[in-house]
Amino acid sequence: MAGASAAHDAHDHKPTGWTRWVMSTNHKDIGTLYLIFAIIGGIVGGALSIIMRMELQEPGIQIFHGLASIVYGFDGDAAIDGGKQMFNVFLTAHGLIMVFFMVMPALIGGFANWMVPIMIGAPDMAFPRMNNISFWLLPPAFIMLLLSLFAEGPAGAYGVGGGWTVYPPLSTTGQPGPAMDFAILALHIAGASSILGAINFITTIFNMRAPGMTLHKMPLFAWSVLITAFLLLLSLPVLAGGITMLLTDRNFGTSFFSPEGGGDPILFQHLFWFFGHPEVYILILPAFGAISHIVSTFSRKPIFGYLGMAYAMVAIGAVGFIVWAHHMYTVGLSLDAQRYFVFATMVIAVPTGIKIFSWIATMWGGSMTIRTPMLWALGFIFLFTMGGVTGVQVANAGLDRALHDTYYVVAHFHYTMSLGATFGIFAAWYYWFPKITGYMYNSLIAKTHFWTMFIGVNMVFFPQHFLGLAGMPRRYIDYPDAYAGWNAVSSYGSYIATVSTIIFLIGIWEAFAKKRKAEDNPWGEGATTLEWQLSSPPPYHQWEQLPRIK
Amino acid sequence: MSEPRTHVSERKSAGNWRVLAVCVCAVVAMVGVSYAAVPLYQLFCQVTGYGGTTQRAEQYSDEILDRTIKVRFDANVSGGMNWDFKPVQREVELRIGETTQIAYLAVNTGATVSGGQATFNVTPQSAGAYFNKVECFCFTETELQPGESLDMPVVFFVDPAIVDAEETKNINTITLSYTFFPLEKENAVAKAAPSGENTKDRL
Repeated sequence: MAGASAAHDAHDHKPTGWTRWVMSTNHKDIGTLYLIFAIIGGIVGGALSIIMRMELQEPGIQIFHGLASIVYGFDGDAAIDGGKQMFNVFLTAHGLIMVFFMVMPALIGGFANWMVPIMIGAPDMAFPRMNNISFWLLPPAFIMLLLSLFAEGPAGAYGVGGGWTVYPPLSTTGQPGPAMDFAILALHIAGASSILGAINFITTIFNMRAPGMTLHKMPLFAWSVLITAFLLLLSLPVLAGGITMLLTDRNFGTSFFSPEGGGDPILFQHLFWFFGHPEVYILILPAFGAISHIVSTFSRKPIFGYLGMAYAMVAIGAVGFIVWAHHMYTVGLSLDAQRYFVFATMVIAVPTGIKIFSWIATMWGGSMTIRTPMLWALGFIFLFTMGGVTGVQVANAGLDRALHDTYYVVAHFHYTMSLGATFGIFAAWYYWFPKITGYMYNSLIAKTHFWTMFIGVNMVFFPQHFLGLAGMPRRYIDYPDAYAGWNAVSSYGSYIATVSTIIFLIGIWEAFAKKRKAEDNPWGEGATTLEWQLSSPPPYHQWEQLPRIK
Repeated sequence: MSEPRTHVSERKSAGNWRVLAVCVCAVVAMVGVSYAAVPLYQLFCQVTGYGGTTQRAEQYSDEILDRTIKVRFDANVSGGMNWDFKPVQREVELRIGETTQIAYLAVNTGATVSGGQATFNVTPQSAGAYFNKVECFCFTETELQPGESLDMPVVFFVDPAIVDAEETKNINTITLSYTFFPLEKENAVAKAAPSGENTKDRL
């Protein structure tokens, strides 16, 4: 980076107009782009889920046959069939968008790009141009995924309706149209983007720390991003391999997953979940890192058990690679294999418990102030623990027989992901918003955003535990009347969450309209990491004089 | 910019490329591992009987138990094949460890020569590791002239170790299932395309 700036011969040189963004090599600008992209992705993915909740509010088919006739031009009975497929298309797109185009861009692309170089005292990322490519691969991937909604999927119908897990044979012979190929290509491009980003983070964190910043003095957010980058590096290529096999099975006559050619569809599930399980830790680990800083800042205490916290994340990442088949208890694993995966899965509760208890121990005896980021962090800890408890339950193969593919599982992973990761994102958002923008958010709007979101999402997902225990399967457009009550509650909750999202957007607008100047460190003595030593917003090129860490 | 820092930057830059190279190798290796999973997985299924994969034995069992077990036979033909394919006897009861020969009968009812190969498994799947086939038509590709019929023998025995394993000791009936697939495989997209008019059935 220093070489590149020397070539420009001006450190405060700042490109203007559209080139600043399109050709950006500045980690802060790219981080901002990622955050804007994640907001757009979140709105699209969220809108899909609200439409699904509207459909599920009452038994029967109310919305989707109309949607299918408007969007795809079906009528009569064809519209009902088209609507059923469309519901599955929506839930597939919702899952893929939220994972690849909302949570990952927000936490890894957005906050990590912004804060990791600053926190470790580096002037920028190690490969600034590669950082630019990482971001600009995402919009084409997203557009490709959106195009798949309008391409032919199953014969005579549109879109990919196989769920985000795209299991064959539904994703091969079941959906012969080009929609599935679009989705596979979208995943390839998004995966390439993430792998490049991961390489960049690993190099930056290993090679560009300021003098004195040893790994064991590095802020926990940087630790979490380092571990996440390793998980990405090792798991995404396996997904790429798996979906490439799907692609060749579909189009080039190979038979990796088709029994008639000697293949096995279960192999895809192994490959997918070898990626898929680390992926859920990829989504949550950066949130863990951010929450550690927030809890420490607003308790005015250093984080309890710093090394334990760092190595708990290492343990979660490592064990995350050897538990994948707990997603597959019902495929006919031998009892011994099931015993192993039950045990290994429950072992993860230990490092996760270390993190939860260390956050509580940090708060214990601290001088706590419940400002907005802390409110979100407390919400995160509460909701993630809820999701963790149900996680230990579904880890049991015996119990999972009854709960597999029911709404109980939907409730479990939304408590960890939709509520956990998202609350982590919002906590980080309000924590770093003054630093990133230089403006202070409106505390009343921000707290209203929190409470409406907290009530809304709990109303959406808590009743889904009951539905799952009562046996309601996931991924259906309709259900028997017996499930009507809690489904209605769940749908009402989603409307509250929608209102909450609008409050969030109003809050951004308000902050930019009022332009309340944020201090360099608005949080007081508890905020000790390097970003708070810089101005708000930070200079375009920071750490020209490298900070020295004692 | 001062001299010493440029010097440090150059050294850092070389370090950056080294880390990059290691990371790229890791990515390539993981893609390789995912493809290596295909043969490894096949090997794993054959060794462990995972997913009802039956065992191929070269010699008969030297131990025969008094306990008997029932073996049922199932036959399927994949869509698009004009074959009539069924077992000669529906089921046999045999002593565990005893070698038995049964037969399937296949008839090409179509007007053209057609070839096929069978895939197979047993249920319950946990019995796969104990189901030993000494001789089986499924090991080879078969071609039938129009109207030709073929007797297809299977020689098998059930491994006496089946009574020792916790998962399998209570199994009284094993079903052996064959499915014949046409030899000329089209890709999935092309194969599903002709039925494109028939939308409602697929949804």
